[in-house]
Amino acid sequence: MAHAYTPGLRVSRCVRHRTRRMLPIPGDVLVSVGDRVHAKDVVARTFLPGDVIPFSLSNKLGVASTEVPHCMLKEQGDMIHKDELIARSPGIFGLFQKEALSPGEGTVETISQVTGQVILRGEPRPIEVLAYLSGEVVEVIPEQGVDIEADVAMVQGILGIGGEAFGVIDLACDSPDVTLTPDLIRDDMWGHIVIGGARMTGEAVQRAIDVGVAAVISGGMDDQDLKEILGKDLGVAITGSEEIGTSLVITEGFGDIAMAARTFELFQEFAGRESAVNGATQIRAGVMRPEILIPLHPDEVTTGEELSGEHGVLEPGVRVRMIRDPYFGLLGEVAELPPELTVLDSGSKARVLIVNVDDGRQITVPRANVELIEE
Amino acid sequence: MTEHSVPNPDDLNVILATDCGSTTTKAILIQKVDGHYRQTHRGEAPTTVEEPAADVTVGVQNAATEVGELSGRKLVDESGNIIRPAEGMTGCDAYISTSSAGGGLQMMVAGVVRNMSAASAKRAALGAGAIVMETIASNDKRRPHEQIQRIRELRPDMVLLAGGTDGGTVKHVVKLAELIAPARPQPRFGGAYKLPVIYAGNPDAADAVRETFAGENIELAVIPNVRPVLEHENLGPARDRIHDLFLEHVMAHAPGYPRLIDWADAPIMPTPGAVGNILQTIAERQNINAVGVDIGGATTDVFSVFNGEFNRTVSANLGMSYSISNVCAEAGMDNVLRWVHIDMNERELRNRVKNKMIRPTTIPQTKEALIFEQAVAREALRLAYQQHKEFATTLQGVQQQRTVGDTFSQSTGGETIVDNMILDLIVGSGGVLSHAPRMEQTVAMMIDAFEPEGITALAKDSIFMMPHLGVLASVHPQAALEVFEKDCLIYLGTCVAPRGHGKWEKPCFRYQIKGPQIQEEGQLNVGEMKLIPLGVDQTAEITLDPERGFDFGDGLGNPVKGTVRGGTVGVVLDARGRPLVISEDESMRRQQTDDWVSELNVYDTSF
Repeated sequence: MAHAYTPGLRVSRCVRHRTRRMLPIPGDVLVSVGDRVHAKDVVARTFLPGDVIPFSLSNKLGVASTEVPHCMLKEQGDMIHKDELIARSPGIFGLFQKEALSPGEGTVETISQVTGQVILRGEPRPIEVLAYLSGEVVEVIPEQGVDIEADVAMVQGILGIGGEAFGVIDLACDSPDVTLTPDLIRDDMWGHIVIGGARMTGEAVQRAIDVGVAAVISGGMDDQDLKEILGKDLGVAITGSEEIGTSLVITEGFGDIAMAARTFELFQEFAGRESAVNGATQIRAGVMRPEILIPLHPDEVTTGEELSGEHGVLEPGVRVRMIRDPYFGLLGEVAELPPELTVLDSGSKARVLIVNVDDGRQITVPRANVELIEE
Repeated sequence: MTEHSVPNPDDLNVILATDCGSTTTKAILIQKVDGHYRQTHRGEAPTTVEEPAADVTVGVQNAATEVGELSGRKLVDESGNIIRPAEGMTGCDAYISTSSAGGGLQMMVAGVVRNMSAASAKRAALGAGAIVMETIASNDKRRPHEQIQRIRELRPDMVLLAGGTDGGTVKHVVKLAELIAPARPQPRFGGAYKLPVIYAGNPDAADAVRETFAGENIELAVIPNVRPVLEHENLGPARDRIHDLFLEHVMAHAPGYPRLIDWADAPIMPTPGAVGNILQTIAERQNINAVGVDIGGATTDVFSVFNGEFNRTVSANLGMSYSISNVCAEAGMDNVLRWVHIDMNERELRNRVKNKMIRPTTIPQTKEALIFEQAVAREALRLAYQQHKEFATTLQGVQQQRTVGDTFSQSTGGETIVDNMILDLIVGSGGVLSHAPRMEQTVAMMIDAFEPEGITALAKDSIFMMPHLGVLASVHPQAALEVFEKDCLIYLGTCVAPRGHGKWEKPCFRYQIKGPQIQEEGQLNVGEMKLIPLGVDQTAEITLDPERGFDFGDGLGNPVKGTVRGGTVGVVLDARGRPLVISEDESMRRQQTDDWVSELNVYDTSF
């Protein structure tokens, strides 16, 4: 039988999920293995070295670089304030001395007799890492971070905007094929994770930002709207650092496309529940997809039920979704997988599959242009 | 690092080579047939450096299995290993690979003067196959704290630091090291990774540089200066060390690479480094000026050899899948759509572009989708070539010998060495060029994007084999060259185009073409194109007589003679003028593109 590898996105009713929470540089881990943590608990903390202020003392004092260390009134490691006297040239017989004041506040990090340069290091900036996932600490990586595990319901989106957000699941649309329009965003949605249906309109996103919604999840959106929201064209799919006032996740793709039915049903089932969202996406090396995690109560944990997996083979009978024009978004069932190359309308030759589409048509599409789904 | 036991070239009868690209892993089988090496089979599979597999060797196994199925030779055993040596219809004698998966090799370079030592460092890094994320120079107009901030934000795989000629400045070089050391650049692969820093500057400053980096989480390598004197670059040692560190550090941290390194019988090369190797070899052997381009999913690489000088640039965010949206953003949708001769809805197109970006492995099914992708490809290639021209320059800072005639010239070096008029051959590769359904499409894309002048042969890498052959050359040069000549290049034909502009529809040039299979003469008016069929392996003599405002390489209005090579498409006479200007009037533009498309038979007549 002909098989083909097809990547998909994960939608799970119950999965044991592990998340790694790491500091960018070594610091202190504040929790221990076995601790239960809440999403907004601080689990690790460090101080990012402060900004660096280099300045040429040899120029300032009019001395050779090699003389600079002798002119210093402060030593490496000394803390100094802005405009504090830090160096004085010897002058001529003690006359015509020149003095140098500190251009900023910080610690003297290096004094170079090669370049005559002094480097000040500013106050360290604290960095805190939140648990993000409510669950149990299962591993501590000393000085670096922790691994947290929990049983969750999980949905991976295809593209997100903005970083981490927390809030309760709140459904704005009552069906996965309803367009998310501004009138569906209520004032009491402040701090919530709002679930739309099909496309989220640009106006709806703007309304969500105005209301203070934590994140908006929906099937699709128009790129033209995204461009207006971001104020620029998204060139490369590496996101997560945008600050638009909320986080966005589209689960299916660009355009007017309905959220997958099982994904929507999952959100319906967990309406009102706490969840964590991360819009960060990186569709390139080390692919990272946006995700919505809903921690489960112990009595909700069942044996893993994967609604849509990333593994899979194409074979007759499986459900697929077309992911490229001219059939983008259509759902159907694989009827046949002809092994030979077929000439497409474009003139290219490719391996194809024949799909019985839900609307009754039978279509031929390249295998590269479908995605496995389970409904 | 694993020791590779490079097999004896005489024992190689069956060679399996893979190229692990960012989207696809391509495998080819090279076999000795009647005493000659030939590429016999080819297979491909999605690259698997990402979840769920997160192991590059899975994609290699899949691609090798496909080659195995097609050739009837079992190449992968039950435990997923590549079978060696070849016995009967099982296994291969050698397995070699290149890689650009996982984002390739990402570097930061630094030098004292932007156009001198920093430019040399950048050339060395690019020549080795790296993506240069940032160039820091003492004179790059940023203040020190801004430079430090930038270094802190980057996550390079390694850093190349140059500066000062031999016996030259020490102070400025150490100053650069003093910027990098406190910035503590964080490598991509996490805290345990010791960031390699290669110092290739004034040797007198080496000790001070070493002292500056002491105590930092950095592995310093000191190698000979990339710019020992202003008039000369010495890039070899830096490229070699970059290749070594790529294997030892970068690849060893990527998912599945330790196993891949273990499998391979020769060191794994970054893909562009391998392509550069083979292009240089051809240009040298045939004594020609050549440009090679590889347009991939994420990046576009341009390689050139002009008068023996090799240059390579990589446009990190110009590509046909991951980067397709960026091409549209950088070029502007208007520039993309100027190549399109049918109606398209821009709002709809924007969604399609983004959908391709987020699902990069999809392929165009309809003619409309193909026309649009090929329009995007023209812009990606045009922008990448423009960047290449800006980078491939004469050495700056070199004292010029001047004559009286140069009195009013402002030149101080740094002019581009890319000259389309003396360019002899363009080789295109990468999916959108190599897999275009009609070769006329490949020709049209290459001519529109590169705008060759004079007489320029056009070829494509049949199935993007140049990376495989580049690394094969390191094991068995003879086999690499044999396969290159016989199986790799497909000659498409020749482009004949004058430089200059004239009034639309006024005479541009007369031509006379004579050969064993052809005899034809005529005239082209400004704005016209003409396709003259001339088959593969056929050549003809051409005489060109341009009008006053046009130049075929021997001055305005002067006639030239030359030889044109045939190919799968033929000889394209292009009287549109150079630089190419496309009408801004929409109906005029539509008419023009429609005429060109139909003259070159780019798409079948129903479209």
